[in-house]
Amino acid sequence: MFMMEKALKGSRRYWIWLSCVTCFIAVGLCFYLRQLDQGLGITGLSRDVSWGLYIAQFTFFVGVAASAVMLVLPYYLHDDMHFARITILGEFLAIAAVVMCILFIFVDLGQPARVLNIIRYPSPRSLMFWDMISLGGYLLLNVIIAFATLRAEREETRPPQWMKALALISIPWAISIHTVTAFLYSGLAGRSFWLTAILAPRFLASAFSSGPALLILLCLALRRLARYDAGEEAIRKLAVIMTYAMAINVFFVLVEVFTVFYAAIPEHAVHFEYLYLLGGAHTLAPWMWISALCAIAALAILLTPAWRSRWLPLGCVLVFGSLWLEKGLGLIVGGFEPSPLGEVTPYVPTLPEWSIVAGIWAVGVFLITMFFKITVSVRKEAEG
Amino acid sequence: MRDRVWIFIGLAVFVAAFTAPFWHVHAKTSARQPDLVLPANQKECVAPASTMRDAHMQMLLNWREDVVRRGDRRYVAFDGKVYEKSLTHTCLGCHSKAAFCDRCHEYSGVSGPYCWNCHSDPQATVTRSRP
Amino acid sequence: MKITRKEFLRLTGLSLLAGGAMQVVRAIGQGGTAARAAASQPVRLGMVIDLSKCREKDGCNECIHACNTTHNIPQIANRAHEVKWIWTEPFGTVFPSAQTGYAEQSYTKVQVPLMCNHCAEPPCTRVCPTRATWKRDDGIVMMDWHRCIGCRYCIAACPYGSRSFNWQDPRPAIASINPDFPTRTKGIVEKCNFCEERLARGMKPACVEACPQGVFTFGNLADPESEPRDLLRSRFALQREPELGTGPSVYYLM
Repeated sequence: MFMMEKALKGSRRYWIWLSCVTCFIAVGLCFYLRQLDQGLGITGLSRDVSWGLYIAQFTFFVGVAASAVMLVLPYYLHDDMHFARITILGEFLAIAAVVMCILFIFVDLGQPARVLNIIRYPSPRSLMFWDMISLGGYLLLNVIIAFATLRAEREETRPPQWMKALALISIPWAISIHTVTAFLYSGLAGRSFWLTAILAPRFLASAFSSGPALLILLCLALRRLARYDAGEEAIRKLAVIMTYAMAINVFFVLVEVFTVFYAAIPEHAVHFEYLYLLGGAHTLAPWMWISALCAIAALAILLTPAWRSRWLPLGCVLVFGSLWLEKGLGLIVGGFEPSPLGEVTPYVPTLPEWSIVAGIWAVGVFLITMFFKITVSVRKEAEG
Repeated sequence: MRDRVWIFIGLAVFVAAFTAPFWHVHAKTSARQPDLVLPANQKECVAPASTMRDAHMQMLLNWREDVVRRGDRRYVAFDGKVYEKSLTHTCLGCHSKAAFCDRCHEYSGVSGPYCWNCHSDPQATVTRSRP
Repeated sequence: MKITRKEFLRLTGLSLLAGGAMQVVRAIGQGGTAARAAASQPVRLGMVIDLSKCREKDGCNECIHACNTTHNIPQIANRAHEVKWIWTEPFGTVFPSAQTGYAEQSYTKVQVPLMCNHCAEPPCTRVCPTRATWKRDDGIVMMDWHRCIGCRYCIAACPYGSRSFNWQDPRPAIASINPDFPTRTKGIVEKCNFCEERLARGMKPACVEACPQGVFTFGNLADPESEPRDLLRSRFALQREPELGTGPSVYYLM
């Protein structure tokens, strides 16, 4: 049913690529085994900064997963046929991203062997329970939709009737996964950095720009490496979605900055000061400024008519990089710095931590490579 | 049909490899019972020996749920005696971890129950803390 | 009776769903019974800490020492990995909003003992995905170290920094292990338990007993005749960040 045989036939280049990716997975796994043996103390995490890179990357990739809705929505709800060739790529990207999310949560656990306690003792009062349900459901939905679509294409039949229903269910479901993820943080009374109603909208805006940015880059790579064209018009429309989502995201951040600094409640302002004031123990501040500059440059490129199609790949890289720093690092660490007792403990991810993160990225890359290979093979066969 | 020999050789290798652990154990160890040291000062346990042998792990799990989650520390045994539900005080009050628990676990191939990651053997800690 | 593959799959799916739903319903039901039991027997254990007595003996750490030895708390040199049940911080850090900025008050220099507040509405128990931490009927915010998966959501939720994570195996950092109390293992969260294990034997919490100044008064806050209530009637008391709605059960007398 998964048409795995298509992923087992490929050129030399394909196998070399997969081998390289596997090496990264292996290195990550080695470091994870060390973490399992010695405890999470081998990361840069501390008493005060108890969540870091793992959870931040989880948050970021929930966004990438949710962004598939930006393809499903025009294709299934508005019957926009331009998205016919690209939608399935978005769904496969979502599958890989959710798998990465699950792995990021897993490596963050202190007692991973007890992970099934979440199911053995379900706690509906915990947002983490709902996050598990929404992520699991979303993964299932996308696996079914993507593979059923592909199968129908291979057999040159129409996709089954229930497919469209599932696709429509996946639209609000995608919104829900990122909303619930935002609620994980914004429901905590003691963490004023996250305690803002705009967190969920901000998460969605950044998701709908970072996800499409990644997908556009992947489509451009596919065009060059596999001679598979996802459709010029689809990419153009996706770029517009990405651009305005990014603009809305920047707007939301500025709204937040205004509220915090004009109202000037110290408890709220200290976190922004930690993130953006250079010097001292503020190890993240240079990166946050790089993120801000990337965002400005990206918007300049993507909004200027003369530049936006010529420099699209650069614009995508800038959007992705900017949000990766802002959401995949700063947003979580900023909530812990300073601590409730006003202390700033510098957080610098360690080599084992980066290696484990790289290993999980490699798992994502591996999955994406296989999924895209299957898709391209099936479609090339169908097209003859 | 020419392959028949190879098929049977292959099957033989497979069976040998599959059952290797059993042969290995038989060659290395005797079937002698573990040498368990029973408490000197007590004749009766909180349940008959057969029950304890079969179900002590389940009982420990129940005790732990009762004590930690329900604050219920009183155990009324089958003969009406009352015990405290405590690994350290009740079980290890009579039994020796090293000469009883560990020996049998080792014999039956139970790779160290994780109880001891947190709970300590009073005898071992007393000697450790008096250097 | 013959069933088709389709029917079989449908039945399997339905029974799995029903099984899952039952778990959830049971979980919600359990929450309800606990609340009812609490309503019938009003007990809310709490602590009153008299800072005026505490500052009379500056630099005294008897309470901390007693807790550390009773509960096998590791002494870890790396501050980032510290485990703390009871410790001290300067007054200004503990009560940032209780300072006027100008007056050199008698109490501002005092080191304030901190511990888990055993909140009436604990944010940590709300977020725990396995119910490894929960509020008992007597108000103690309890932890089940056997069940904790080490996700550290409770640490993120606690506004008081009262929870510690075991970033490493704590045993090598314990000078002398008290066999009457378990140590913890790497990868789980821990915090003050109001000496639940001592209360069960009819003893007072270790810090209360160890304090030479009688700084700590422990008792049932729900009982108007109790010692802590007596103190709270007559003296001005502060709670840490009560505006968050957590309802701390630890009070500080100025």
